[in-house]
Amino acid sequence: MSQKTDHHVILRIVAKPLIPIIALFGFYVHFHGDYSPGGGFQAGCIIAVSVILYSLIFGIAPAMRAVPPAFTRSLAALGFLIFGGVGVWALLMGGNYLDYDALFNEPPGGHDGQHYGILMVELGVLFAVAGSMLSIFYAFAGRVTEIKDEDW
Amino acid sequence: MTGYEGADLAIALINVVLLGLLFVIGIAIARMRSLFAIVMLSGIYSLISATWFVAVDAVDVAFTEAAVGAGISTALLLGAMLLTSRTAKPEKKAMSLVPLLVVIATGAMLVYATIDLPAFGDPESPANTYVGTDYIERTPEDIGVPNLVTAVLASYRGFDTLGETGVVFAAALAVILLLGFGERSLASSVGSRRGREK
Amino acid sequence: MLEFILERGNYWAIIGLMMIGLYTLFAATNLIKRLVGLSIFQTSIILFYISLSRIDGGTAPILYGKDAKGHGGGHGEEAAAGHAAEATHGAADAAHGAASHGMAHIYSNPLPHVLMLTAIVVGVATLAVGLAIVVRIREAYGTIESDEIRQMDLDVALAEYAEDHSGEANPA
Repeated sequence: MSQKTDHHVILRIVAKPLIPIIALFGFYVHFHGDYSPGGGFQAGCIIAVSVILYSLIFGIAPAMRAVPPAFTRSLAALGFLIFGGVGVWALLMGGNYLDYDALFNEPPGGHDGQHYGILMVELGVLFAVAGSMLSIFYAFAGRVTEIKDEDW
Repeated sequence: MTGYEGADLAIALINVVLLGLLFVIGIAIARMRSLFAIVMLSGIYSLISATWFVAVDAVDVAFTEAAVGAGISTALLLGAMLLTSRTAKPEKKAMSLVPLLVVIATGAMLVYATIDLPAFGDPESPANTYVGTDYIERTPEDIGVPNLVTAVLASYRGFDTLGETGVVFAAALAVILLLGFGERSLASSVGSRRGREK
Repeated sequence: MLEFILERGNYWAIIGLMMIGLYTLFAATNLIKRLVGLSIFQTSIILFYISLSRIDGGTAPILYGKDAKGHGGGHGEEAAAGHAAEATHGAADAAHGAASHGMAHIYSNPLPHVLMLTAIVVGVATLAVGLAIVVRIREAYGTIESDEIRQMDLDVALAEYAEDHSGEANPA
């Protein structure tokens, strides 16, 4: 599986420019989630899918070198921590847990706290979902397959 | 309610076509034995249901279903299928009669229950009047974000989303506990394959 | 009568999909096929919730036009615009007042969308856990057919029972 076979060359050439675009689209979906469909969950999945596509086409070992499993599982934990941390930040500023209005101590009617709070919370969701999905994929893909390539 | 006219007729037609396609794919999945075909059909099922979500104005759900249901879950099912087997055993005819009866009884009871449900698209149904309308009205004042789904997801129901993120994280931990991190097994698989080649 | 059927045909189609998923879940012996049946079942529940959230003449729950500009103040202005729009749209939007007060447009209910969005992601996470357990079962038993697994368990249990019993029976 690891040695390069010639009959996948078109797939490789087509996928190579596509993968960064998919990852970029993931970030667009996240940062534009306030105005259009999308958000942390979808963006996390799209970013995970770009790495999964890379590992399907170039093999699991190069993908693990590019995005190490240790990184993905720390990313998942970090995302969950960011989400919880925003809540603790609101607590420290004198509000309720996850009350974004309290984040910057704005006068009533200001929306900065809500905007940045939502963006940060969604960033936490993005990290958690992307990291979790990639960890799950690596756990499955890293095992020895029962069905060999020749059987197809 | 004036029934289906004009644009509503188009929506109704799209409804019928997409739900019919889902039905055909579902029957095919229930009858097939090749696991590869079943996995691929379940991906197509997710994609068509995402199209249906767009037709009923649930764009965020459609996006999620297309990214998660059709993308990641197909990849995971394929990965698991590669680790197990390629075909399912045929079901015994006598064994499949009891499930069929149970399923038909359940379906009949649910159809009986739908007689009391509000009509499809009814703006005055209980589900659409109280808290849902409040979210729509208050979001411009409270949150100031145009996408209502993001506002409800991240701000009004932040606790809910925190719990869901925790569930996803816990699921990743459970899979890691069951299958290992992947890096060590990768090293051993390369080693064993090299050993076999020698 | 025809109207009654048209208004509820959607629910019946979704119940049909749910029946297919439930049947696959019950009848299939292959564990991966069972998990696919479970995900069909789950998708049909999601379809049901989303169909409850739809409002006739409504649009996707993203504020646009006049609604999007209303940051805080100017609520009376918005309401006036809403009533003007209502007057122009006429009888087709009779539901307008009930659906969303003070909004220039009708939006479908965002709450079921939020709940189902998270349900989809959690559904995939639980599917992954199920698949991981299936992979471990395949390694332990060498098969993923549930009836073969049950037969193996039964054989092992019978053998253990016979061994214990013979150990007790011999001295007596």
